[in-house]
Amino acid sequence: MAGSSSSPGLVDTLLQRSLDDLIKALRSHPAGEPSIISRALEEIRREIRSTDPDTKSVALQKLTYLSSLHSIDMSWASFHAVELLPSTSLSLKRLAYLAASLSFHPSSDLLLLTTNQLRKDLSPSSPSPILSLALEFLSVAASPDLARDLTPEIHSLLSSPKPPIRAKAAAAALRVFTRCPDSVRIAFKRLVDNLDPSSDPRVISSAVGVFCELSASDPKPFLPLAPEFYRLLVNSKNNWVLIKVLKLFARLAPLEPRLANRIVDPICEHLRRSNAKSLVLECIHTVAVSLADYDHAVRLAVDKMREFLSCDDDPNLRYLGLHALSMLGPRHSWAVEENKQVIIKSLNDPDPNIRREALHLIMGMLFDSNVVEISMLLVSFASKLTPNPEFCNEILGAVLLACGRNVYELVMDFDWYVTLLGEMARNPHCAKGEEIERQLVDIGLRVKDARSELVRVVRDLLIDPALLGNPSIHRILSASAWVSGEYVEFSRNPLEVLEALLQPRTNLLPTSVRAVYMQAVFKVLTFCFCSYLESLDDGQILSSLGNTISGDGCQEESDAATVRFVTNDNTMVGSVDDDGATDCMPGSLMGSVKLNGPFTHESILYMLNLIETSLAPLSECGEVEVQDRSRGILCLIHMLREFQVLNCNEEALRKDCRVIEIANLMTGVFSQELGPISASAQKRVSVPDGLILKDNLADLTAVLGEEVEVSGSVTTSFFHRNHHHVETGDESKTSTESTSLLSEHRKRHELYYLPAEKDEIQSNDYPPANDPQLPVSQGGASEDLVEFTDQPFLSRQTKPTKPRPVVVKLDDGDVQHNSAPRPTVDLKDDLLSGAVRDVLFGNEDKPKQSQMRSSKSQRRKKDPLTSVESASHLKESVNFVHVEHGSSSSKSSRRHSHSTEKQSSPGGSMDKEERSHKNSMNSHHHHRKNKHRQREDVLSNLVPHTPVIQDFLL
Amino acid sequence: MGIRFVLLVNKQGQTRLAQYYEYLTLDERRALEGEIVRKCLARTEHQCSFVEHRNYKVVYRRYASLFFLVGVDNDENELAILEFIHLLVETMDRHFGNVCELDIMFHLEKAHFMLEEMVMNGCIVETNKQNILAPIQLMDKAS
Repeated sequence: MAGSSSSPGLVDTLLQRSLDDLIKALRSHPAGEPSIISRALEEIRREIRSTDPDTKSVALQKLTYLSSLHSIDMSWASFHAVELLPSTSLSLKRLAYLAASLSFHPSSDLLLLTTNQLRKDLSPSSPSPILSLALEFLSVAASPDLARDLTPEIHSLLSSPKPPIRAKAAAAALRVFTRCPDSVRIAFKRLVDNLDPSSDPRVISSAVGVFCELSASDPKPFLPLAPEFYRLLVNSKNNWVLIKVLKLFARLAPLEPRLANRIVDPICEHLRRSNAKSLVLECIHTVAVSLADYDHAVRLAVDKMREFLSCDDDPNLRYLGLHALSMLGPRHSWAVEENKQVIIKSLNDPDPNIRREALHLIMGMLFDSNVVEISMLLVSFASKLTPNPEFCNEILGAVLLACGRNVYELVMDFDWYVTLLGEMARNPHCAKGEEIERQLVDIGLRVKDARSELVRVVRDLLIDPALLGNPSIHRILSASAWVSGEYVEFSRNPLEVLEALLQPRTNLLPTSVRAVYMQAVFKVLTFCFCSYLESLDDGQILSSLGNTISGDGCQEESDAATVRFVTNDNTMVGSVDDDGATDCMPGSLMGSVKLNGPFTHESILYMLNLIETSLAPLSECGEVEVQDRSRGILCLIHMLREFQVLNCNEEALRKDCRVIEIANLMTGVFSQELGPISASAQKRVSVPDGLILKDNLADLTAVLGEEVEVSGSVTTSFFHRNHHHVETGDESKTSTESTSLLSEHRKRHELYYLPAEKDEIQSNDYPPANDPQLPVSQGGASEDLVEFTDQPFLSRQTKPTKPRPVVVKLDDGDVQHNSAPRPTVDLKDDLLSGAVRDVLFGNEDKPKQSQMRSSKSQRRKKDPLTSVESASHLKESVNFVHVEHGSSSSKSSRRHSHSTEKQSSPGGSMDKEERSHKNSMNSHHHHRKNKHRQREDVLSNLVPHTPVIQDFLL
Repeated sequence: MGIRFVLLVNKQGQTRLAQYYEYLTLDERRALEGEIVRKCLARTEHQCSFVEHRNYKVVYRRYASLFFLVGVDNDENELAILEFIHLLVETMDRHFGNVCELDIMFHLEKAHFMLEEMVMNGCIVETNKQNILAPIQLMDKAS
């Protein structure tokens, strides 16, 4: 690499490879591209130092090529590009500008080096090609400094006599304005002048495009220009211009109600008459966005949309038609209704984009009245989409999202929805396991009335051994297991559930899910065992009519405790009257169990055996979660087995108070109902005095000594609403022991504990959706349950009469706020629109003198519809502009405008009449504004902030 | 900004022309081109010519072995952009005569200049083929 440090010799120059050589080399060895490129780069690095401009330029040319097509960094060469800029040869200059625009970083220091050269090239006397090169470069690369320094040049070029230059100056002005908002004050009016109908069509096209871009972030300051845009809307024959003007109106119309009224007719006219699909499309968009109140316009637009939709051979138009329909939004749902056939058909389109658009459209039209019908349609459609799992999941995702939105706002009939979730889970391509899992559990927690149906649905899922083979729905099975364990009292056949949970194929599940399964087994076992015991008690109570109970105080005591326990907790087990009238027990617990016959001694023993045999191998499992749980359950079973009575007969069992105690304990563990908690619950816990949360805990071990304990994790999403209040026997002893330890610990380290009871209650308690109605609705719920037991399971026809069940909602932090944050206008945009506002609203006092001279007759000539007059101005070109605006702009611009006037005066040798005419036209323009201002002064008390808009439009 | 970038890509996914109207670093460009090209080339002719990608809408059209891809703002008129692509192709065709991939490879600068005449800073400034080609013809004559 010694050669690279020295400047290239003559040989290098003579033997330099041209760009064509390089391209050929690249083409002939497609595989060896990297090596060719690196060799070429080496050469370029040497050649580019050459003092010979040709060698240098060829090197730069090659580098430009490599940079733009092979993503080679060329920022190191930007200085060489600057070196070539002053070249007099057009082609070298061209190359230099191209290289510079490709290589410059927007914050590059080298940009400052180009300022003088640009100023030279931008002087109105330069030849057109150079002018346009410089403008093009400016429009790509202008930095704020460059924009500020060259504003005067842009200002003067905006009134250049050459239309192409003016058009390019307008485009460059966009960059200058956005980079340096202050320049708006100087050059904006010139840009506005280029909208004049007498300008060259390219100039208008370019200027309109610039306004369209400028108004994108904040259209409000552009309202005063509405008359100019309107003139273009009516008169322009150029589709490009019309499209941009329509975009502008789509932004402006919502800001000024009178505007919509004015533009609706011309837009309909375009809709009816134009052959250009692009223009028609833009009209449709404008109508959908801004003119949705005008029924005839919407009607017309929808007709055009239907034309688009019916183009079977053109997927583009079909896509755009669907897209336009969805823009109309739910307000005009009739439009969607009309095209229902096509939309449904589009779900099967070969193009995923069209399918997605159709789906989006359908989901946008979802109301509580049609959600059942549409969701079922979509889900059954998705299940048929075997060759296309991706879209199938998109559909499922959309349905889940729509139905789950805002805590199941749309869902009236949860039994139906739960069944639908089950159906989705059965879809062989379903990859939405996570969301279905969440919703299954969530509905279980929130909607009490849906629980029995929920349990039925998950039973079907759990029981199907085929589903276990599909890893994508393991999450759903996990939720199903949890639901069937938690709400086992709704199960018609708990034994069946237990068998499902223990079936051999469960070894296909990941261990985390298996752990959930086992926990569910534990719950089911507990439930079965306890209800068995209870049924024994029932028998006892019934039989006690005849038999005397031998003084069994202990048992009596604990019986009462059980019953009271159940009653106080008001769980779904239902309330049992203290006098033991279990027959009136509402709820399906007893009903369902009785339906299938109570548990018998044999069935309980069978259960215990089944669990034991299935879980025994797992107690050696390597996964802690699984091992832990299986051991826990096995221990319980061992304990139960130790009571010999279990193996003898029912009578003995009933009399054994230890069994009853264990049963009580077991029910106690699971009898608390789980509820949703607010995501912000933690925040609502007030920080106790003296607790500094941001304290550095590095010295924690020093403070606590050995006793640092990890307390319960905060991340659990469910927790018990109430605290255990059953403490009996040994258990109570141990627990008091631990509580005393705990309280001691607490006493010592008060600082790290939350304050007692009060806050806990506060954070635990979650207000249901209809707070005041809570007691009533609970009563209602139990009534519903009674009804439910009377009804056959599948009574969907009668469902609509059923009121929507209570869905527990938390007051805050529950629903995720999906609404996107308002787009914040960044500072630069703010400055920009501020400057525009200043120019258009503020500086109207200056040209007042001329207004006096304007007369009404001349004013009429300016009417947009009498285009004969304005057409005659076509030739008198630009030179006027400074007459009006030279005065309103800053000193520097005045200097330039004068110079331009001198420059262009040969071209602009117009006679005086024309001049005065134009003059008065311009002034008349201001007159109108002024008149409006006067009126506004009068109105200002009534309508404080009406945007200024000229009367012309009214 | 209406148009954000113009890409010409051949069937193999090699870039033949790239013009950006907003600043992206080389890495961003490379990633963007890769993703978009992969997305668009996988599509069949029975599918529509619009692809949404990140915050862009890509409007593309295939001519023989070349794909013309134009990235635009989301509210840009898709059909107008298709017309623009067609105009670009017609212009190139008029200049080169039966334009093909090789023409663009060996005359990349000219293709750039045509584009520069047509689009500035993302705005379409010139739609007349004669006007677009005039400066290039002038340059050809001079050299």
